[in-house]
Amino acid sequence: MARTLPDRLKDAALAAFVALLLAVPFIGLTTINTDVGLRVATRWDWVLWAVAIVFAGRILFGFAADAVSTRRRRTEARGPLVSEAAGRTLGKAFAAAAIAFAVTLPFLPFSDRYVLDLGMTVLIYILLATGLNVTVGLAGLLDLGFVAFYAIGAYTFALLAKFFGFGFWIALPMAGLVAALFGVLLSLPILRLRGDYLAIVTLGFGEITRIVILNWQSLTGGPNGVGGIPRPTLFGLSFDRRPQEGQQSFHEVTGIAFSSEHRMMFLYFIVLLLVLVCAWAVWKLRRLPIGRAWEALREDEIACRSLGINPVLVKVSAYATGGLMGGLAGCFFAARQGFVSPESFTFIESAIILAIVVLGGMGSQIGVVVAAAFIVLLPEFAREFADYRMLLFGAAMILVMVWRPGGLISSREPTLTLAGGKQPAESVVRGVGS
Amino acid sequence: MSAPLLEVSGLTMRFGGLVAVDTLDLTADRGRITAVIGPNGAGKTTVFNCLTGFYRPTAGRLLLRHPGKGEVELQALPGYAVARYGVVRTFQNIRLFPRMTVLENLLVAQHTELMRKSAFSIAGLLGLKGWRDAQATALDRARFWIERLDLTRVADEEAGNLSYGVQRRVEIARAMNTNPLLLCLDEPAAGLNPRETAALGELLQGIRAEFGIGILLIEHDMSLVMGISDRIHVVDHGKKIAEGTPAEIRADERVIKAYLGEPDEAEVPPEVAQDMPELEGPRA
Ligand SMILES: Nc1ncnc2c1ncn2[C@@H]1O[C@H](COP(=O)(O)OP(=O)(O)O)[C@@H](O)[C@H]1O
Ligand SMILES: [Mg+2]
Repeated sequence: MARTLPDRLKDAALAAFVALLLAVPFIGLTTINTDVGLRVATRWDWVLWAVAIVFAGRILFGFAADAVSTRRRRTEARGPLVSEAAGRTLGKAFAAAAIAFAVTLPFLPFSDRYVLDLGMTVLIYILLATGLNVTVGLAGLLDLGFVAFYAIGAYTFALLAKFFGFGFWIALPMAGLVAALFGVLLSLPILRLRGDYLAIVTLGFGEITRIVILNWQSLTGGPNGVGGIPRPTLFGLSFDRRPQEGQQSFHEVTGIAFSSEHRMMFLYFIVLLLVLVCAWAVWKLRRLPIGRAWEALREDEIACRSLGINPVLVKVSAYATGGLMGGLAGCFFAARQGFVSPESFTFIESAIILAIVVLGGMGSQIGVVVAAAFIVLLPEFAREFADYRMLLFGAAMILVMVWRPGGLISSREPTLTLAGGKQPAESVVRGVGS
Repeated sequence: MSAPLLEVSGLTMRFGGLVAVDTLDLTADRGRITAVIGPNGAGKTTVFNCLTGFYRPTAGRLLLRHPGKGEVELQALPGYAVARYGVVRTFQNIRLFPRMTVLENLLVAQHTELMRKSAFSIAGLLGLKGWRDAQATALDRARFWIERLDLTRVADEEAGNLSYGVQRRVEIARAMNTNPLLLCLDEPAAGLNPRETAALGELLQGIRAEFGIGILLIEHDMSLVMGISDRIHVVDHGKKIAEGTPAEIRADERVIKAYLGEPDEAEVPPEVAQDMPELEGPRA
């Protein structure tokens, strides 16, 4: 809605007034260290500048927002940028390229410890977001406490290793199952909840899990965490320079010169494998009755019931599947760090994972991959901006959501078509024309 | 004649002080279309909600004679289970899965059977032959109803993007994909133009003849109701005020009064009155 100039001036004046109120204490007063102690100095000229900038910025922002919304209206009338069929081909090509890149990354010339480490972080978040995408994106059930499953998976491995000496590969499925079980437990009390209430309870679940871990000193070591988590082995081969008693090491058996980077590469391939398996499973599940029921539940729970679908089972299975993947990610996280503590599982993690799902476009696997890369890598690239890093990050997020309110990939790919994969020509024409 | 497929007796539904349905009796038979008519707010949709497990009736018995599973008391089942015994409904304000395609909507309707055949996803994840066959069968059934309801052109479109009339057809196709014994339609002609309404009438008669299922029909369009119903129940203020063949109902004094009302409580929309030209007389 284009507004009149006086309206805009009034609006900007109001913003400037708020800026003035804030600027006086925050910018106007500053402390100076002197020999006799702290002294307060004033910088009224800075305050003036801040207010002027806010005033001008607010007016410009108003015009910019108008321009964006008019253009959006025009684009909507013209229909989607790419036809659905073309989008699908594009999606396939992107998936193939992404997998090829991920597999070859450790062998690329620029790849070093830092790149591999970053790659692993991206992959962990892809894994987490793939799981949360089942609950939130497909089944439409909000979960603000997803970090709980991550923590449960990590602690399952840590404790199994500490008390029973379990290795990574045995602990991995168990971590997944334990987290899935907690997914079932979480879903039972919230079956009837919706909206705000669902948000609050799931948020509470995440916090309760962290607080229990923090306080159950005898089991979890409380804030000190659990250390000494064993590294994963390749069919019993260790990647350490000097393996433990009775273990053989990778460099001895293969005769390849020892390099600590090999262990990084190995860890990288483990998490890549986990991501590929989970992404494949979700892709497959979406095309099975259970996956369609998840989406149907998101669309209309009442219609589901009228067709004989038991919503309880659908919800429980969605939380359990999401939890399972969160648990796998947690188990890998524990193996990679060799140490877990409650600090790694705060609410901000849940928020980041949810941000990846929402930013990617609810339900889209490719969206998850792109968004995870964006959210993990952007703050890294912005390191030079030091203190303004998170500010930049926030601004980028807002811009993306303004540009694409439905997420990066907002179109939904049908799970099957009548034409058997091939889109009928007529519908392509309509997709573009209408 | 054999015992009816569905026998509703003494059905009562109270909302606080409001008695929406009051000791109602109703029967529906296989191979017949049973219509329930009545002014707005008469309690028709509430009857469907009780029948299909959305409301638990305050009192009454809903007896279904299932050919395989014997006599089933529907009111004792959990809501979602009613459809598994073959009682399936459509909604007065269409409830499709808008972001899923028509074809997907029809496959969701076959969920219970497919879930079993995919061994709760395990056979499905492994891509076993038994599952692939089951999927092919499900796809055939969906394709059959897509063609039958003339939805071929829109089968791969998202249901939410379709026009109102087409969405109504998708909802019927979806209900038929559950392989029902009794199809309950809540105002299926609302929002359709006369040509679409006529086609709907033919479709319902075709389904009745070909599949021998029972159809329970709530409808305001009198040309449709009078044209295709085998039996009509008239409800007003939650009570049944008349029951009979279309010809009998047309001539019934109480029905005329309920529809056209005492002058001070004429609830009936004018178009209903137009649909019943023979009822115009008594108003004067
Ligand atoms: N869930 C409910 N809570 C309270 N009152 C209801 C509810 N559902 C229906 N009613 C009331 O019951 C009466 C019958 O409604 P309904 O069955 O929808 O009528 P019809 O379908 O015949 O037009 C109306 O007065 C309506 O307000
Ligand atoms: Mg109604």
